[in-house]
Formats: sequence, C-alpha cells, structure tokens
Amino acid sequence: MLNVQPDVEIPTWTHDGSSRIPFWAYTHPTVYQRELERIFYSKHWNYVGLEAEIPNPGDFKRTSVGERSIIIARAEDGSVTAVENICAHRGAAFCRERFGNNKEFLCPYHQWTYDLKGNLQGVPFRRGLKKNGEVRGGMPADFNPKNHSLNKLSVAVRNGVIFASFDHEMESFEDYLGPEILRYFDRVFDGRKLKITGYSRQRIPANWKLMQENIKDPYHVGLLHTWFVVFGLIRGDQTSRLVTDVHGRHGAMASKRENVESGDVTKGLHSFKEGMTLHDNRIVDVKPEPWWNGPTVVMLTLFPNLIVQQQSNSMSTRQIIPRGPDAFDFVWTHFGFEEDDPDMALRRLRQANMFGPAGYVSADDGEVLEFCQESYLQEPARNTIAEQGGRDWGELNHLITENPLRAMFAYWRKVMEI
Amino acid sequence: MLDISGGYVALQNLYGEYSACLDAGDFERWPDFFLDECEYRIQARENYDRKLPLSILWLESRGMLKDRVYGIRETLYHDPYYQRHIVSAPRVIGVEGGEIRSEANYLVLRTKRDEFSEVFNAGRYIDVVRETPEGLRFKSRSCIFDSEVVKNSIIYPI
Repeated sequence: MLNVQPDVEIPTWTHDGSSRIPFWAYTHPTVYQRELERIFYSKHWNYVGLEAEIPNPGDFKRTSVGERSIIIARAEDGSVTAVENICAHRGAAFCRERFGNNKEFLCPYHQWTYDLKGNLQGVPFRRGLKKNGEVRGGMPADFNPKNHSLNKLSVAVRNGVIFASFDHEMESFEDYLGPEILRYFDRVFDGRKLKITGYSRQRIPANWKLMQENIKDPYHVGLLHTWFVVFGLIRGDQTSRLVTDVHGRHGAMASKRENVESGDVTKGLHSFKEGMTLHDNRIVDVKPEPWWNGPTVVMLTLFPNLIVQQQSNSMSTRQIIPRGPDAFDFVWTHFGFEEDDPDMALRRLRQANMFGPAGYVSADDGEVLEFCQESYLQEPARNTIAEQGGRDWGELNHLITENPLRAMFAYWRKVMEI
Repeated sequence: MLDISGGYVALQNLYGEYSACLDAGDFERWPDFFLDECEYRIQARENYDRKLPLSILWLESRGMLKDRVYGIRETLYHDPYYQRHIVSAPRVIGVEGGEIRSEANYLVLRTKRDEFSEVFNAGRYIDVVRETPEGLRFKSRSCIFDSEVVKNSIIYPI
C-alpha cells in the first residue's frame, strides 16, 4: 500500500490551557504533518551536530532535520555548510555514509558534482558529446547551473554547536534561545574544544514530543529512576531551578546534589531501595568540576529536537529525529573536553553507563514512552493529566511539578493553531 | 600452552553454557562466567571501528556485573522479553600464556510477550578466555553489534 495519509481533520482541543493533553496529539497524521511543516521545517533552529565532528575542510556528516536527510560539511574556507541530501537532477539521496571527507559532493547516478557549499559544479555532457562532427545531446541552452544548487539550509554555530534551518528568515540563534536559556547553554558550551567519545542510536516507538516531555518532567525523575534517588543524583528534595524561555518552548532544569538519606521524598516509594549498595561504585563516583557553578545537573530542552545533558561528569547531546507520528530516532553524542585529564575522561565514560539504550536511568525512559504510545493509539479521544504542581507554567524552584511540559504545550498550541 | 584440540571443546562448551544461561533468563549465574577482574562491554560497531571508546554498557569488574543483575531485577522498569542466542563456532585467534583469544558471530532474537520473534541484535563477540581450576572463564567479552539503531532498549546481557 502507498504511504499516503488522507488529510483527516484535526479534532478540537476541548480543555483550557495545556494541562490536559489529548491522546490524538501524539498519533494524528494531520497533526504530525503540520508539526513537520510548522516546527521542523520552518521558524525553528534544529540541532545537527558539533563542530568537533567535522574539524577539517572536506569533513562531512549526514544527519536529519525532521524526516529530511541533510549533510553538514566544512568548506575550504573553514565555514560550516548544510545542504539537503537530494541531487538537483533526479532527486537521488546521494550521500550514504554517516561521516567522511570529500573534496566535493558527487551523485553517483549521472555523476553531477557540487562543491562543499552545495553549488552545482559539474554536469556530464552539459554541452553534449562531439563525435563525427556532430554534437550529440547536451542540456538546453538556457540551463543555468547557478539555479540548480543543492537545497541550502541556514546555519547557526555557537561555541562549537551547529544548528540548521530550512527557513531563511530565521531570527539569530541567541534570540531564539533567549537570555536565560542561553546562559545555561553557554555554561556547557563556553568555547572549550570538545572531544567526541562516541554515539548511541535508538529507535523509540513513541511520538517525538514524548521525549521532550520526559526531560521537561522533573516529577518522574526521582520516582522512575532508582539510581537517581538512591545515589542522590537528582531527586525531589534538592535545591533546583526550572526556567523556560519567554515562549515556553525551551527549558532548563538545574539541580544540586545534596541529600542521599531516606526521608519524606522516599517514603513508601517502591523504586527507593533502602540500603542499596553497589559492589563497585565507580559508575556513580562523581568529581565536582569548577565550571558547574552550583548545579550538579543541568538538563536543557531546546525545541524542537535537542536535549543537552550534563548529569554529574557525563555529558551528551541527544538529537530527536521524528519517524512518523509513532516513532523517533534518538541519537546520543557523548563528549568531553580536550582539556580533560585521563582521570576525568575515564569518569565520563564510566558514568555513561547510566545513559543511552542500556543506561540505568535512561533505558526505562524509552520503555515507558513505548507504553504510553501504545495506549494513545488505542484511545485517541482520552486526555493525559499534566497537573502536578498546578495548571500554569513559569519559573520555579523545585522539582515536584510538570510545569515545563505545560509550557511546551502552551507554545505548541499557539504555533499549531490547535 | 593449552592443548587446543581438547581446549576447543571446552571453549565451545563455555560459549554454549553462556548462551543457555542468558536464554533461560538465569541472570544471577551470568557473572560466574567471568573472572573477578574482568571486562564486559556492549559497543556499537561504529564506535569500535572509529576507535571511539563509548559503549552502551561497559562493566569493569565482576562486581559491576552483579550490580547489573540487580539493576535488571530491581531498578530497570522494562517490557519483559525472551532472548535466544544463535552463536557461531568460535574462531580461535591465538593461544598464549594460559589465555585464548577467540571470536564468534552472534544473533540475538527477542520475543516480547504478545509479539512475534524478531532479530534484536546481530554482532560479534571478541573474547579473552582464561583457564582456571574451575574451568574456562571470560577475562573479557566485548559484544560489538552491527544493529546500531537499537530497538528501543537493551536491558539484559548479550
């Protein structure tokens, strides 16, 4: 069967505000198409990579913005470029490797070539093939290569992090984040050279928004994640700060490790294992770093497709790539700093055991999102309740809340006109 | 130096018992296949090939393996599943100083309670096996997987 979805009318959002979210918001094909158009393909900066992944001229990386395949590359002049992975000629997605180094982009089908900025350079037999005094073939006289570049995206680079947009009327990346969120962004990415330690990739059978929500939901972190509660890495009784940008679309959750004792926050909690000890505690052996400036964990959610994790000594970017309404790819890029000593580099790798598809505090996030999506598909007319801590949203100094999640949906409703 | 003809049967048996243990879901016995000082990792092939150190699971002692078993049983909420390991005959790379360096291809099928069986993880074991008075034990086992896009999560050992 062809993959064509009928243009089904979007149902009416029946509740006020953004504290009751209909199941259909996560499953509806027309809603999803509108999300691609209004969120991923216009008016938003999408995370596409780190400069450390493409340090040298000719280096490229293939990734995605929304569902669309794109390539980022470093040109000869050192600038970072982003182009859509579609040959201007017959539309082949010509780039197949994830990473590499090339002098130019080549489409294998008819050998059209493009420079690293996406400009069409070579069209075989553009002026035809001369043989026996005649000219065979050739493109029409008015064919102008200048009009047939690869589709170029806008690019924003800040302190080693690369964002792209199909929209050419974008506000600056700094304005897009707003001053509060930018401050937390710069805390991790202050210009120090990054060192990539590796990748993890998951396909999670759930709507892409659920991943943003998961990190915008501090209510669950001290409940679902035993390791966080028992070892005090983040839990409900810590000094914390939650902020969003003025629109509610981006969020920062900052918290400071304090207490690891049992108390009201752990009373009656099934996931709290009183007296739990590890045979080998190196995975949770945290060494404070001077640049933290207070918080021991800051989780940033940048709408629509990025989570920046600094939990203890472990850091990653997590990119969301939607794959239809019912699935997304979650791509983790773990990194440290070039200035790390061997001890710190080792700590970051050990603590990475908490994260990713097998991680002690991340594997079960993917699992519960799958459980949610399963229900959303069965009963689209029902609503979720996101009312922990009230029905409003705004700055807050504790974690017992679903406030940032409501903020995101307030923005989402506005952009989506739903 | 090990006599590899007799040693090969023992090595094959180690691989067979290891798979049987995991397929039975008998995770409490899983650390017993390893030395106290051991290493176990599950690593994406792209990281291995590019010499990037990140693994999705990297355990550096038998104690850490025991902690993982506790995690599976008590702290990691997950959709339960069966595993079925199909492992090729081990390929011996070298035998030296009481240690065997060997490799084998593996295929892990996953079957969730209400779903069909599916190929879950395909890859290669890269092992160092040591002879002990109790029999052969893994000094290290690396599971280097081709299935780089993980079907949601990997909870149990491979």
